[in-house]
Amino acid sequence: MRTRERIGVGDALMLLPALFIGLFFLFPVGTVLWRGLGGEGLDAVFDLAKSPRQRDVLWFTFWQAAVSTALTVAVALPAAATVGGLSDRARRFVRSLVTVPFVLPTVVVAGAFDELFFATGLDTGDFRLRHTVWAILIAHVFFNYAVVVRVVGTACAGLDGRQAEAARVLGATRWQAWRAVTLPRLRPAIASASAIVFLFSFTSFGAVLILGGPKRATLETEIYRYAVSRTDLTRAAALAVVQLVAVLALVAVSTWLERRRPATTRMARPTRTLGSRPGRWLNVGMATALLGAPLAVLIERSFSTGTGYGLSHYQALGTRVRQLPAPATTALWNSLHYAALATVLAVLIGVVASVVVVHGRSGSRRLFDLGLTLPLGTSAVTIGFGILIALDEPPVDFRTRWWIIPVAHALVGVPFVVRTMVPLLRSIDPSIREAAAVLGASPSRVRREIDLMIGARGALVGGGFAFAVSLGEFGATSFLPRRPEDLTAPVALFRLLSTPGDLLRGQAMALAVVLMVFVSVSVFVIESSRGTAEGSL
Amino acid sequence: MLRVDALTVRFGDVTAVDDVSLELAAGERLAVLGSSGCGKSTLLRAIAGLEAGDGTVSVDGADLTHTAPDRRPIGLMFQDHALFPHRTVEQNVAFGLRMAGKKESARTRRVREMLALVGLEGFGEREIATLSGGEAQRVALARALAPAPKVLLLDEPLGSLDRYLRERLIDELPDVLGATGTAAIHVTHDHDEAFAIGDRLAVMHAGKVLQVGSPGEVWAAPTSITVARVLGHTNEIIDGVTKVVWRADAMTIDPSGPHQAMVDRVHFRGVDHDVRLRTHDGRMLRFLLDDPPAAGNDVRFSIDPARVLRFD
Repeated sequence: MRTRERIGVGDALMLLPALFIGLFFLFPVGTVLWRGLGGEGLDAVFDLAKSPRQRDVLWFTFWQAAVSTALTVAVALPAAATVGGLSDRARRFVRSLVTVPFVLPTVVVAGAFDELFFATGLDTGDFRLRHTVWAILIAHVFFNYAVVVRVVGTACAGLDGRQAEAARVLGATRWQAWRAVTLPRLRPAIASASAIVFLFSFTSFGAVLILGGPKRATLETEIYRYAVSRTDLTRAAALAVVQLVAVLALVAVSTWLERRRPATTRMARPTRTLGSRPGRWLNVGMATALLGAPLAVLIERSFSTGTGYGLSHYQALGTRVRQLPAPATTALWNSLHYAALATVLAVLIGVVASVVVVHGRSGSRRLFDLGLTLPLGTSAVTIGFGILIALDEPPVDFRTRWWIIPVAHALVGVPFVVRTMVPLLRSIDPSIREAAAVLGASPSRVRREIDLMIGARGALVGGGFAFAVSLGEFGATSFLPRRPEDLTAPVALFRLLSTPGDLLRGQAMALAVVLMVFVSVSVFVIESSRGTAEGSL
Repeated sequence: MLRVDALTVRFGDVTAVDDVSLELAAGERLAVLGSSGCGKSTLLRAIAGLEAGDGTVSVDGADLTHTAPDRRPIGLMFQDHALFPHRTVEQNVAFGLRMAGKKESARTRRVREMLALVGLEGFGEREIATLSGGEAQRVALARALAPAPKVLLLDEPLGSLDRYLRERLIDELPDVLGATGTAAIHVTHDHDEAFAIGDRLAVMHAGKVLQVGSPGEVWAAPTSITVARVLGHTNEIIDGVTKVVWRADAMTIDPSGPHQAMVDRVHFRGVDHDVRLRTHDGRMLRFLLDDPPAAGNDVRFSIDPARVLRFD
């Protein structure tokens, strides 16, 4: 007698993502490893250890990530607790709001903070923030605030409020009940969020490049400096190997923490006894100041014409300036176009890969699990650098083709699709599939009717993230040599921001605002389609 | 019509279903009674084709042993309903019809018919998440019946309902099955439910079917002490080498009766009383009486020999 059939996924179906990831990810990253570890590469790795500057870079990369993580958790934890106590609808709204900064292009955020420092006089003098480590740390808190609020806030909402109530009835104060009952149960979520924040801060590129100033360097910006400014590819590859090893270790820790995090039960009653009214307002105030101020300054400056307010900076986007190879509007159009393509690619690959990860035969499943965890942690810079040095000779001389840009963006976007789809697919009760089978659905029909239909929402959410991420992608794109007409909006913005003087600032701010609007719209679309599918990022 | 022959399902070292053979006539309802973990759910899953095992399953003479679940003319109603959360009530009920390639007009008609049959007219557009337990249960029944399976398997279908709903559905379920003429195997751990729903009763224990017969026959003459226990008999007395069971309705208070015990406690049950007695050697006995003695007193009683079961 037959059955208990694992839904077998055809080999042909797996070929597409396997080829894609193999050619555009594994091959380039493999080339980086080969360059970094073979021949003179290995010597370069050892040279790194001897050079005091590189030791400083490595040390700085680590400690700024650690401090960024600690600061982010400290600032966002009270907000996460408050969010957990909100009604479902209010929670979704707040989640959308804090998610906008998370997907905002790094270049936009860096520009906004730079502008904020100018506007408040913090660019020079005793309390100077511009081009200091503090600027980087504040920007990292800004980006990663959403990670802690989303992950920990969801865990809070899933907690059974009656346990804290039981503690209160047994004589604990509100604070004691939180310390003794609620906090320990949130610890896995906090650990998991911290690991993600650390990883993001460790691989942060655009923010460090712009806000840190010319002298601050992390591994990421150092790879960029050697590969693009000095064209010392051997040294860059050696740095990339160090980066890759560190990131893989971090991903391993993060995955381990993620596994330990218990699935939240949606049946539980939310903890409404948390956070007094003034406490809640304090949170809202802090979040507004942190997340709102730089964006407000950004918007204000984009309309400010020196003599009043107007649209002149926006109108100027249509004409080419000397610093850009094409008008900013062309760059915006390119970015939208690439983002659409990257999204289609990322969703296609991500959906197939997720189905294989959840249902594939154990061998291919494990292979895919591994193959997908890699791009998840590998920084955009490593991906861009890998494509730069690997896909440069026939028959794979692709690095100057325009479509390599959306391909690189898709690689950065695939993990978002997988991360939203896999938990959704895993959450499908097996008896639902059996019910469909007993009602006459063949295994392939079950996959279509049940898994794909339920997973579609995850694909939509992941696709939305992929779109937003592609719109703002800077790390990988900055490595790819482009024809002038292939300019993307974040790269154009970076050029405008690095131009000294006030001349192009207004135009830069206008371009940043337009990018921000595009990204915000996609985030709200994501959140409105997400429904009850909460949990991971 | 349905024939199960020497069916055995093993999970590693555990034999969940042990050499079970059953037969089901067209339109007949068989109740399978057993405590939790006795293998009755696995038996249903194996008949539906969801578990692999040894032995054969056939319907109307056609051997289905190697047929995939989606190609068997057998329906299964799951214990927790397993409704599709991403579809409406109507889409849930129509699913099997769609799989069978029925036209939309035919589907719509059949869905309306089925929803009317289970008393849910006008529920078609509702989301699954908005249904109460009883409503979800009826949707699951309508969904299982819609493709007109030759045999419907029901796995503890009333298990998650409150008492009031259970009793109502125990009345309705045979009517609905009778209206469609569907043969059914109804699995339950509750003997009242099994007696009410089954034309025949099969008692299952540790993977084996121990006795099959009409509910009246099985109740009156269990073939072993294990069957008696599954049926809810608790008053076991050892009389030499034979085991004797006093049915709960066997006792009469009788000042000159041969037995004596202390009345431990009395539960009022509405129609009658559930009386617990403690004998002088510490054994607990349970009887149902209309006029109970007062708790704490000693009482003498006699036992109706016609209501005593003996096992050698």
